[in-house]
Amino acid sequence: MPATILETKPRPFRRTPVDPVSLDIIENALRNARVEMDATLFRTALSPGIREQGDAFPMIADPQGRMVVGQFGSFLQGFLKGYDGEIEEGDVILLNDPYSCEGAISHTSDQLVIMPIHHDGRLVAWGAMFGHMTDVGGKVPGSLPTDASSIFEEGMRLPPVKLYRKGVLQEDILKIATHQSRMPEWYRADLIAIVAACRVAARRLVEMCERFGDDQVNSAMNDLLDRNRRAMQFLIGQAIGEEPVFFEDYICDDGKGAGPFKIKCTMWREGERVILDFDGTDPQSDSSINFYLNENMFKMFFGIYMIMVFDPQILFNDGFYDLVDVRIPEGSLLKPKFPAALSCRTHALGRIFDVLGALLGQKQPDFLCAAGFSSSPHLMYSGFHPDGEWFQLFQIGFGGIPGRFLGDGADGHSLWPGFTNVPNEFLERYFPMRIEKYECAVDSGGAGLNRGGNGINMVYHFLENGTISIHDDRWFVPPWGVNGGQPGARSWKKLVKADGQAIPLGSKMDRVTVEKGDELHYVTWGGGGWGDALERDPALVGLEVRGGLVSVAGARDYGVVCDEDGVVDDVATDDLRNKLRASRDPLKVFEFGPGIEKLRETCEAETGLPAPIQPVWRGRISDKIAAQ
Amino acid sequence: MSYRLGVDVGGTFTDLLLFNEANGQTWRGKTPSTPEDPSIAVVSGTKQICEDAGIGAGDISVFLHGTTVATNAVLEGKGAVVGLIVTEGYRQVMQVARSFVPGGLAAWIIWPKPTPMALLENTVEVFGRMDAQGQEVRPLDEANIRTELLKLKSRGVQALTVCLMNSYLNGSHEKRVGEIAIELFGQDMPISLSHEILPEMYEYERTLTTVANSAMRPVVGKYVRNLKAELTRMGMNGQLSLLRSDGGLMSAQAAELKPVNLLMSGPAGGVTGAIFVAKNAGFKNILTLDVGGTSTDVALIEHGEPRLQRTTEVAHLSVRASSLDVRTVGAGGGSIAHVPELTKALRVGPQSAGAMPGPACYGRGGTEATVSDANLVLGYLPEELLGGRMKLDKAAAIAAVQKVADAMGVDLMEAARGIIDIVNENMFGALRMISVQQGYDPREFALMGFGGAGSLHSNAVAKLMGSWPVIVPISPGVLCAAGDATTRSRAETARSFSKRKSQTTDSDVHATLSEMADQAKATLIADGISEADISLKFEIDVRYYGQGFEVPMAVELDDFVTGGVEKLASAFDEEHRRLFTFNMETEHELVNLRCVALGKALELPVAPIEQGTGDASAARLTDHKMWVEGGWQDGAIYDRAKLRAGDVLSGPAIITEMDSTALVLPGCVAKVDALGNILINPA
Repeated sequence: MPATILETKPRPFRRTPVDPVSLDIIENALRNARVEMDATLFRTALSPGIREQGDAFPMIADPQGRMVVGQFGSFLQGFLKGYDGEIEEGDVILLNDPYSCEGAISHTSDQLVIMPIHHDGRLVAWGAMFGHMTDVGGKVPGSLPTDASSIFEEGMRLPPVKLYRKGVLQEDILKIATHQSRMPEWYRADLIAIVAACRVAARRLVEMCERFGDDQVNSAMNDLLDRNRRAMQFLIGQAIGEEPVFFEDYICDDGKGAGPFKIKCTMWREGERVILDFDGTDPQSDSSINFYLNENMFKMFFGIYMIMVFDPQILFNDGFYDLVDVRIPEGSLLKPKFPAALSCRTHALGRIFDVLGALLGQKQPDFLCAAGFSSSPHLMYSGFHPDGEWFQLFQIGFGGIPGRFLGDGADGHSLWPGFTNVPNEFLERYFPMRIEKYECAVDSGGAGLNRGGNGINMVYHFLENGTISIHDDRWFVPPWGVNGGQPGARSWKKLVKADGQAIPLGSKMDRVTVEKGDELHYVTWGGGGWGDALERDPALVGLEVRGGLVSVAGARDYGVVCDEDGVVDDVATDDLRNKLRASRDPLKVFEFGPGIEKLRETCEAETGLPAPIQPVWRGRISDKIAAQ
Repeated sequence: MSYRLGVDVGGTFTDLLLFNEANGQTWRGKTPSTPEDPSIAVVSGTKQICEDAGIGAGDISVFLHGTTVATNAVLEGKGAVVGLIVTEGYRQVMQVARSFVPGGLAAWIIWPKPTPMALLENTVEVFGRMDAQGQEVRPLDEANIRTELLKLKSRGVQALTVCLMNSYLNGSHEKRVGEIAIELFGQDMPISLSHEILPEMYEYERTLTTVANSAMRPVVGKYVRNLKAELTRMGMNGQLSLLRSDGGLMSAQAAELKPVNLLMSGPAGGVTGAIFVAKNAGFKNILTLDVGGTSTDVALIEHGEPRLQRTTEVAHLSVRASSLDVRTVGAGGGSIAHVPELTKALRVGPQSAGAMPGPACYGRGGTEATVSDANLVLGYLPEELLGGRMKLDKAAAIAAVQKVADAMGVDLMEAARGIIDIVNENMFGALRMISVQQGYDPREFALMGFGGAGSLHSNAVAKLMGSWPVIVPISPGVLCAAGDATTRSRAETARSFSKRKSQTTDSDVHATLSEMADQAKATLIADGISEADISLKFEIDVRYYGQGFEVPMAVELDDFVTGGVEKLASAFDEEHRRLFTFNMETEHELVNLRCVALGKALELPVAPIEQGTGDASAARLTDHKMWVEGGWQDGAIYDRAKLRAGDVLSGPAIITEMDSTALVLPGCVAKVDALGNILINPA
């Protein structure tokens, strides 16, 4: 049953011609409204996850729920389809259950706020925003239990409910939601900040309606949607062939010993439509690494990747959705069945960007980027201050941006829009820890004509007893290089006890006990290299040796012989390069490293961790009953 | 007799304004700028204006100067080679920065990787560590410091920055490293210690700010010393002061040590000049619109005070130094209009035709339509500029705009009008950012346009904003020079405090502020200002505990005799509600304390201009057709130099002067005030 929209003065919109100047003005006003939503949120939210790291995303949609400005596509379609109730002016919807909105948000940590925007008695737009809350309850601090086996272990699960009803705050709902969090003050403040951001969007939309008229604004939104569709239609025709291309990549493990999980996507064009088919993707996991991938969200990612190279200034929207067909097999890692756990979907969410880049780049290898920092590693640390006060840190990590046609990947940066690291002086001031090291992991970027960015090597010295959780990936399957570039280095973690004992840690772990004086080495992976490393300017390699980004030994991957100070031995370098050229295999478009079987064989020796076990499709009893 | 001289170095002209401090008499001067060495124009202009006034350089007691030397050093990458000394484990603090990649999803694909201002190969680590309470965890190792510094010496660095973890709480390690550096490099090596430049939390921002300071020190030092030597040779022994980014003045000596405070000196001159003009014209609340060739700067002035911000942004550099809250948009007279094939949208800027080739109408080979070309096509610009010294090529402008018209499928005038509407809209957007979005009602503000093209757009933007009257001030360069000449000396001290309300007391705050006041006063006293002339202002950055964004709140020292902390908390609640529409129950945190010491405000009277009859026809140069409201209308061109106080004229009209043009729209009336400013209001 779809949602019923109530309007006090309902009447259809009249499509009126919008002159190009007004269109530009309205486009800019929408863009500015979104920027203002972000600004309001970041300035008033409390949790470092949102206000320092920017883990929140705004959107404005037309009355039909199509996104006109935003970046993850519309959050509204699934909600509008499934909401069994009435929506009227002054209502504000809150939800966090991915199964209630077709995965528009993909784990319970993300709270989605949806606000209908009315003007003169009719619905003119929607404002919406979701933000990642530090804690929504559940079995572990931070609410991201890797070892959860169903969504019921991942904290509270809110279907769409009215946080405000006709403009009146429903205190009881707020109390119930806030009460589930281990960090209730942050939850409450962040949620109110998200609502305030949506109100900014509402104010700006109403102002636009007053200035231009509802019909003009609505027509302009339609024109903007049409314009995108035309642009995408053109690009799809140019850049995508009718011959299918495919790519596969992996999530290393699920934290319960299974892995790697394959994500496979095949792409081809039929007429003006492009088909993206995930057939061949591995089954859903028993743990929480499943990613309930919303088809529309994936269309948006696809569109953004297409257009980024051609016209990065465009205000991107939903207008082209009917040109893309996304097929995801039921029960797979990307369309798990309820009540599969979803909290740790971040790895698969990141990985599909690598898959997408590789698919689109196959027709234009020059524009192909290597595998990159396609996840967002987390660290949770919680416990009690000496005065008995509870502390809980949720920190996002960063790593190496892949080698690109444009040049080297940045070291220790974010692939996610808007994310920034938390200053270490802030961490030390507000949490019982000292950050002894915060630098790039030397040699972790894949060698290439354009070097992959280095990962981060961060050493936490804990000053209080507590528990930590780790969320990371790419510890088993290396990030691949392209156009002859080498793979980047894999991630690793270890805990060094005060007595010097070193314990290797897995990349996905819950509830690891740490003691005062322990040091955690948290090392993320590097980006893959782009192009032939033997073509890289030796002087530049020397400079990077001097700067500590590449080691003397690492320089040999570029065929460069130099000393600690980066002084290059030209003769020896020529010799080495000639030798390497003569002895190596032909360069490949994709360089994946040793391959899964070989990686399994060497896993324990190289990482100190047992190799993961191949996941298999299993008929679950419930499926069999359903089939009968 | 004593005189004050204000000098503003612009891209094209260097403007000078000389005040007789005794009677307010003024002299104006203008000379072409000399970008290769700006001091040449400054010196020749000074000679000329002294001759005009019949005084010797020795009669100038205060020489006040807004300069873009520091800004240009950054923009052109001509800063010094900086050696950076950091804490062990933090060598890549500049390389990793805040891990931020600008732009939306997938923008990393096309984002050029920046090169840090202090190169990684010129960055070294030293042992020793402070904790987050300012206590030493591990001591320095002097042998290690010497080894690392010698490495930097062998690499030929030209300036040094020391930035160690948590030094904002305890700078003793940085001090010791600085002392050893002096031993090894000598007294002449410029050394900047982060706890002195910016004693605030956040290691990357503190490092970047201090590195930027180091990079500018040799450049600014050389400029200041040369200028001072030249002026001394002319016989000027008065004080040389420079305009800071925050609109205050600092002595030349202070500028040499902390040039990071000069980064926005140029735009600050315009804003302080606008304040001076507005005050004399009787307006306290104004929005400024400074339109240049490639960009537009806007600022908000409430009750005669400009808003300050805690960061200064130049190009991609964002440093933590106070500056006037001036926002910039990439829309100016030279902004290029284009129609991307993929989307068929009309876009104006951010690309600019720059000085070369410039707009098509400049006749220097430009063929792309710019905002100036559209203004000319519409009849908003006269065909002659700079008092007849520059003739505009109207045919070239038409040809360029026609290309845009063809791409859009509309006629010439509609395209020209579209370009102007869009650029006005961009300016409107920038003004909204500093007014509506900060909780101010633009209808309570007057709008002042300046810069070469500010008054061409101010009338139209005022209509969008509802901000009246439009003030067309005395000529733009002189405005900045007036700002330089009339602003006050300023010294600031800032300190991280980071205490929750329950963790501090009135007397704690009082003691800290008093100590900071003594420091700030000492700086001005060292610059030769007598203690009696110094006034103090205090500010505390407040937030709800856990927020990442502070609101600066003005406070009085005496409040903290009793009840000050409570009063501050409730004032913050009120401000937070105004900005964001809600309050929180969370405890308040006092994040940073600041004290500003100000020299005496100069009360310079401005001489009124000759009284007219109210009839502007004597200034009317010629009839002129202008495209307004969808068709050609009869208007006129007026010569500003011939307008008298009280003269009134109606739009559509343009008013020209040496280096700017003002547009009066139909339905609006322009009136000249007693001091020569033109005020435009709806008829």
